[in-house]
Amino acid sequence: MKLSFQLNGDAVTAEVPDHTTLLEMLRDEFELLGVKEGCGHGECGSCTVLVDQKSVNSCLMLAAYVNGKNVQTIEGLGGAQGRLDPLQEAFVKHGAVQCGFCTPGMVMSAKALLAENPSPSRDEIRWGMAGNLCRCTGYVKIVDAIESVCKGGCSCGKGS
Amino acid sequence: MAKVLEPKTGRPEYQTVGARVPKLDALEKVQGKATYIHDLKVPRMLYGKILWSEHAHARIRKIDTSRAEKLPGVKAVITGYNTPEIKTGFFKDNPVLKKDKVRQFRDEVAAVAAESEAIAEEALGLIDVEYEPLPAVFDPVEAMGKDAPLIHEDKESNVLKLPWKMVLGDLDEGRRQADFVVEESFSMPWVTHCCMGTSGCLAEFHANGNLTVHSPTQIRYLAQRDFRDAMAALGLKDKRVQVVTTAIGGAFGSKLDTYPFEFITILLAYYAGRPVKLVFSREEEFFATPSRQKVEARISQGCKKDGHLTFREVEMVLDNGAYTSWGATTPSVMMMPISSLYKVPNVYYKAKCVYTNNIYATAMRGYGNPQATFAIESQMDTLAEQAGIDPLEFRMINANTPGELTPQNFEIGSCGLKECLEAVRDSLNWDEKKGKQDGRGVGVGSLIHVGGGARIYKSDGCGTIIKLDDFGKVTVMSGATDMGQGSDTVIAQIVAEELGIDVEDVAVAMGNTDMETWDVGAHASRTTFVAGNSALFAARKAKEQIFEIAAPILQEPVDALAIKEGSVYSLNNPEASMQLARVLRAAHFKTGGTQIVASHFYDPPTQMLDKEMKGNFSVAYTYGVHGVEVEVDKETGHVEIIKYVIAMDVGRAINMMLLEGQLEGGAAMGLGYSLMEELHAEKGKILNPNFLDYKILTFPDMPEVTSVIVETEDQFGPFGAKGIGEPPLVGSAPAIANAIYDATGKRVRSLPIIPEKLVAQEDE
Repeated sequence: MKLSFQLNGDAVTAEVPDHTTLLEMLRDEFELLGVKEGCGHGECGSCTVLVDQKSVNSCLMLAAYVNGKNVQTIEGLGGAQGRLDPLQEAFVKHGAVQCGFCTPGMVMSAKALLAENPSPSRDEIRWGMAGNLCRCTGYVKIVDAIESVCKGGCSCGKGS
Repeated sequence: MAKVLEPKTGRPEYQTVGARVPKLDALEKVQGKATYIHDLKVPRMLYGKILWSEHAHARIRKIDTSRAEKLPGVKAVITGYNTPEIKTGFFKDNPVLKKDKVRQFRDEVAAVAAESEAIAEEALGLIDVEYEPLPAVFDPVEAMGKDAPLIHEDKESNVLKLPWKMVLGDLDEGRRQADFVVEESFSMPWVTHCCMGTSGCLAEFHANGNLTVHSPTQIRYLAQRDFRDAMAALGLKDKRVQVVTTAIGGAFGSKLDTYPFEFITILLAYYAGRPVKLVFSREEEFFATPSRQKVEARISQGCKKDGHLTFREVEMVLDNGAYTSWGATTPSVMMMPISSLYKVPNVYYKAKCVYTNNIYATAMRGYGNPQATFAIESQMDTLAEQAGIDPLEFRMINANTPGELTPQNFEIGSCGLKECLEAVRDSLNWDEKKGKQDGRGVGVGSLIHVGGGARIYKSDGCGTIIKLDDFGKVTVMSGATDMGQGSDTVIAQIVAEELGIDVEDVAVAMGNTDMETWDVGAHASRTTFVAGNSALFAARKAKEQIFEIAAPILQEPVDALAIKEGSVYSLNNPEASMQLARVLRAAHFKTGGTQIVASHFYDPPTQMLDKEMKGNFSVAYTYGVHGVEVEVDKETGHVEIIKYVIAMDVGRAINMMLLEGQLEGGAAMGLGYSLMEELHAEKGKILNPNFLDYKILTFPDMPEVTSVIVETEDQFGPFGAKGIGEPPLVGSAPAIANAIYDATGKRVRSLPIIPEKLVAQEDE
């Protein structure tokens, strides 16, 4: 199956078997290894990416679905010369990263959450992030990090 | 942010120690650039897969691999019949490929290496195994019976020849002295680590016959030793084995041993003549990674009218499963809270580990301590109630104190248990809230853990090599392992502090057995203490070399020199100063020049437990208290955590932010153990090998955590620090059980405390 879509800002094409998942295509065809497989069954959220700004478990979505759509992975955040997205900066600064395996999925889910609700309460963050599992941090510092980032990327310092 | 209770002597002015330095690899991880085993690929790499047993106990009549071998893309098919025998595990009772019989559903029967995972999977389906089912036993008490089927036919009984027994003082005398005595039974289930990154490894033979294994292991040097056994079995005993640690997607003890899958990967790479990577699926991670051990405990303790404990007696049965990993040695750690959390003069402890046809157990954060502490600390409340004493006050009466020699011969140095109890009392507003039984309740659980190494192996050491380049940048090559807990950053901070430089000028390289010196592994909450001291002493040696070079240049005596903010200067004459980088270049670029390299191997003066189970196991002991306030819905049994406070005596906080992260993460794992986690098995088969049916805490389940850091400044720790990796989950379960009792009057003695147990009529 031949697909064309936007990937991290570039127009790309790919040819993959029909049963290929979005996760498999992103990791195997495009070597976007920041997309992590934690369970393969949509239970842990490690493979979260954005499709047309919405967060999805890429392990559950067939690659075919993104034809003509806009896909963003952790590699598409930030910019050249090591510039980071404010969310990435906040995760570093607030100690929200330990083993780091869940981190890319966490950041992408948070990105989608803030796109819908630019200044969520701590409870809204908890419910908005409920699909992403972390075994290291106890979530507290991830909530702190997300809370510190406002609409437009300013750091309002609410969480610190 | 954590509240900090500083030592009475105050806190020295540190540049870096104590600071909220972000984890060194956080930048890489937050961009998805860290390389985990799942991301690793080398040229011509094949994919390995394992065929698991279909029975809990059966003879293998025949294995026919001919159809699998013919499948295009298959490069090797191995079984116990076409490979040399290799046994692994603490008792060497676990053949990496099972021959003649299987003893559990998780047994490895055959394995395949193929050009893709899909081909490997297909090939597994083409292997025909003929089994003859055998009677099986799944209950350790039944397994001790005379007629129980033998799990290992070369052994006389299913009871492991590992009789754990500790007798301290005089139990009968302790019983006679007691005015109040209670006796209860507790039961703790199998739970599992649930690392977000599943297990796996990559094995690669080089042209000269040497082997490299890439692995997210916590013990790369012990793994190197174990993998040499595989090399010997293959006739390659004089070849080199290199173990390279990948980024670790969580470990928590699960990667503290070597397992059959790693040896199988090595065998596949050898027979296929190509590199092989084998990575577990989530389902395999659940059923094939050894768990925390299931424990049945009977405990009895007594006290005088004034509240002083007179004795404690504990007997346990541990379900060992079909094979022996570190799980069978956890009683050695269970002894610690039994003998040395409180002052208790007369102690009796006995534990049996019993083979069954169940999954087997390994190390998991806390290493037996959570099970023992759940029983002890739940019963401390029961006994306090009998004696008519407030449970927190009861703990204050019996709390251990600095300078104590415990009956197990632990030399307690720094000990902030009483300060932690006070902090939790204040934070929970204890005196006002306690004892109402109105649906809301408060509870505490105290803990002790090793905080200054633990000698469970011949060496408890860690090596460090430090080199300085021409630009004042420092590289620290440490034998330690970072699995996310932040040892990379803590080591960098310790070195930066000692050398008087910015932490950003320190890089920490760890993860390659060819490049650094030995470390026993990331276990026993030992890395900050042991690897930290190793790095500190190596940095001190480097500093001495720097001063030797700088002294003649600055025309000042060596012992007058110091380094601050990257400059060497004289304490006698601050004008006499030179940038560190210039000193280093002056040393290097001249005839007969030199570069600064220093190394240190630190092995703490810890003692192995002797035959009576006595000895100063660790150089320092970490104490702490978990406190919770809960609200229990009497209709549904739902437990809401209103407040969670952890007060922890850490000696000294090296990195306040990462320390809070350990406390919060430990609390989450402890809450899971208390309220929801359990591996369910039916006749040896795991029924819930996924995150839908095996619940861990999610975002909305997690309460805010109040952290109180008690700094007792341990005399042996680096800058006074003690270990903290495991303690943050050890006190959770009893604190919650005690709070639930305070809220409802219902005592639950089995974990997890699920709503069904709270709405049931009888006490569990």
